[in-house]
Amino acid sequence: MKIHIKNGRLIDPKHGLDTHADLYIAAGKIAAIGSAPRDFHANRVIDASHCIVCPGLVDLAARLREPGFEYKATLESEMDAACAGGITSLACPPDTDPPLDEPGLVEMLKFRAQNLNQARVYPIGALTQKLEGARLTEMAELRDAGCVGFSQADAPITDTQVLVRALEYAATFGFTVWLRPQDAYLAKGGVAHDGFVATRLGLPAIPTSAETVALATILLLARETGARVHLCRLSAAESLAMVRTAKAEGLNVSCDVGINHVHLSEMDIGYFDTNHHLVPPLRGLRDRDAIRAALADGTVDALCSDHTPVDEDGKQMPFGESEPGATGLELLLPLTLKWARENGIPLSQALARITHQPAHILGLDAGHLAIGHAADICVFDPEATWIVASSILKSQGKNTPFLGYEMQGRVHATLVEGHVVFEGEENGQRRR
Amino acid sequence: MTLNPQLNQDGALKHLLTIDGLPRAILTHILDTAEGFIAVSEQEVKKVPLLRGKAIFNLFFEPSTRTRTTFEIAAKRLSADVINLNINASSQSKGETLLDTVDNLAAMQADMFVVRHAQSGAAHMIARHVAPHIHVVNAGDGRHAHPTQGLLDMFTIRKYKGEFHNLRVAIVGDVLHSRVARSQIHALTTLGVPEVRVIAPKTLLPTGVEQLGVHVYHEMAKGLKDVDVVIMLRLQNERMRGALLPSAQEYFKYYGLTPDKLTLARPDAIVMHPGPMNRGVEIDSAVADGKQSVILPQVTYGIAVRMAVMSILAGN
Amino acid sequence: MPIITLPDAETLVAQLAAAIKPTLTPNTVLVGMYTGGVWAAQQMHALLDPDMPHGDLDISFYRDDFDRIGLHAQVKPTRLPFEVEGRDILLVDDVLYTGRSVRAAMNALFDYGRPARIRLAVLVDRVGDRELPIMADFVGATASVPAHQHIHLVRDDAGRLKLKLVDLK
Repeated sequence: MKIHIKNGRLIDPKHGLDTHADLYIAAGKIAAIGSAPRDFHANRVIDASHCIVCPGLVDLAARLREPGFEYKATLESEMDAACAGGITSLACPPDTDPPLDEPGLVEMLKFRAQNLNQARVYPIGALTQKLEGARLTEMAELRDAGCVGFSQADAPITDTQVLVRALEYAATFGFTVWLRPQDAYLAKGGVAHDGFVATRLGLPAIPTSAETVALATILLLARETGARVHLCRLSAAESLAMVRTAKAEGLNVSCDVGINHVHLSEMDIGYFDTNHHLVPPLRGLRDRDAIRAALADGTVDALCSDHTPVDEDGKQMPFGESEPGATGLELLLPLTLKWARENGIPLSQALARITHQPAHILGLDAGHLAIGHAADICVFDPEATWIVASSILKSQGKNTPFLGYEMQGRVHATLVEGHVVFEGEENGQRRR
Repeated sequence: MTLNPQLNQDGALKHLLTIDGLPRAILTHILDTAEGFIAVSEQEVKKVPLLRGKAIFNLFFEPSTRTRTTFEIAAKRLSADVINLNINASSQSKGETLLDTVDNLAAMQADMFVVRHAQSGAAHMIARHVAPHIHVVNAGDGRHAHPTQGLLDMFTIRKYKGEFHNLRVAIVGDVLHSRVARSQIHALTTLGVPEVRVIAPKTLLPTGVEQLGVHVYHEMAKGLKDVDVVIMLRLQNERMRGALLPSAQEYFKYYGLTPDKLTLARPDAIVMHPGPMNRGVEIDSAVADGKQSVILPQVTYGIAVRMAVMSILAGN
Repeated sequence: MPIITLPDAETLVAQLAAAIKPTLTPNTVLVGMYTGGVWAAQQMHALLDPDMPHGDLDISFYRDDFDRIGLHAQVKPTRLPFEVEGRDILLVDDVLYTGRSVRAAMNALFDYGRPARIRLAVLVDRVGDRELPIMADFVGATASVPAHQHIHLVRDDAGRLKLKLVDLK
């Protein structure tokens, strides 16, 4: 299969490429950029007029809900959603049922995903057995089965000694430990940011200190153990300042934020809208602005969808009993573009946060366009607008705070290893 | 921000979910209407035919005999048909969701739901879900709101003090967990009380409570000085089991209302309590039964205020 | 359309009081219906017997149009500072029209007790529009008014009563 993507604007943040050029794909790899290789006869031509051609997106957190939660979503539905969102590689957290704490489970997931022949799936293994925070998993075995890192997802490690040992053990093999800093005691029972909105609505609160206290512990232990730590879903201004300082001191840490937290704050909860029940909670406007600044200055390495499909029953509950999380695979790109537009961030810099930078955290040679490299490509129209509606979302989860919002930026085509895995219909509105 | 879900397109009250965000005119209208219903309870037949043929469901997901009873009496005095449902957590856990329950009852031709639930926002969720002709009254949701209690407290204050614009009011106790306190604060500030104080140890105050428009005190000696109204909040026994407070004895010593501490307030100050009281924990019996206490009239007024709320809603 | 001239309200009150006076018994009490009836009853009371017990009745809770128009905007407290049981009640209203308000008033009174007798006095009997079998014992004047108009009793700052015609929207 030979594919010619013509008339597009090529952006490859890693190599500083931003130019109008054609892309030629053969045997699943990028064969040439600019002019066709000799004797290239395309089987297919994709017209990328008005479109941007960039590396396929890399998402650091997408819950595919298998195994265990197939009533919320299936691998099929969520892989469709990923491709529709221009995502070609994704990491899935271990909070399945059972959790990804045994090699057999990881192999099965990889096998199922490979058979679908869509986006590449990179499991994050459980750091402790059953995610209970007590006994370590067989990390090396899990790595051999395909895990690219180890995490507790949103389950706490309350015993700090277990945390130290997990970090030490992971450091032995050079594994990355993914941690979402949250002190289990300070966050106990909480469902919303400890601020004015929770006070007014009478919602049990999670203080900022639940994140910063845990983060301080993790940073100190990362320094002590030498473990490579990736910090997930930071939400508070103070946390970002701490990471900025740690990075300046040369600590080997990286961090990401969820895409919803770039745009929303506690105020958006309105009258108990459960689509705004997220983990970590939406915090204050000051925190949101700090997240935007930290994304811009590079303190935050990556943006992720934190994709969490929840069925309707899970959301049609009183706020505190509702299941947290939002669907996000199909919103990662448009919400990243929205941030770039609103903050005047160059497109290439914005795309870096969802391509080669998350790939780097995963330890993958992905998220960039190089000749001879696998052709994982996203072609999108940055001007096309569409309305977020449950009928449009391919994910089985229709839960997002952006339901009913207009998005700008629509995927035209997604390619994984030179195969077209998604092609958009021409039903978006173009803005000129 | 979405439109106020309590009001219909004409700005009239459709549901009563919280005092927060309601205009002063609506609060005053409820209080004025309640004055009319006070007379009804003095009639030989304590009943008016206003809501004849209407079905009011008391939907209590959290047990509360007192509140349920006052709503029941209020509804019966309006000649409505009252159906009491105490839905405990166990029947909920059989798989029927909260909204399933509501749908089932709505199919029995309900006209109004009076809802009590342990989760903040439950009444809002039900109000969003029900058919347009059904009205929802929040009878207490989690820590969020208890608007009829807030209104009956305002009715009581107006009865004894006449006006709101020249008052100092102190709310004492567990504001953090109290839906009553939140409704009182919104009602007092909306009705124009210039100085609302809260008095409590820091463990019992929510973050940023000042932003609700109150002055924060941690000492009774300062907080009670020259106030016209003292509202005591109930301290739930389970608060003693965590690390919020060391003991009931120490709480009573520093935050309990005794005749001594009450002398700091104005001599004509009234003492209120939403009930049920913990004598010897937040309030001394000598105060609860003393001549400044208006705790029993509060209960009486509660029926008139709930009659007013239900009849205004049913007519909108 | 003929211009309807309404009689002077205060003259009607005086005429009614004169007609009622010979029929009073020691057991008679005066009850005015909000809002116009209360004003009229107050003036009558002064003309009849200042020692006679009198009260004010609000019928908002007894109206039969609640389902259509909801609760009356201004509910006033009913005040009946006497036993209704066994009393001779003289009910006063400004205008008798469909008869529905009087029906509501009688229901309300019976919820306070069983009166020995109820009589009705109105300033104006709007004839021809009755919807219930109700008639007044004392009538100041009769009037015939088109369906799109209402007769209202108003009171100015000086306390003077006046009848007014109002177009219905």
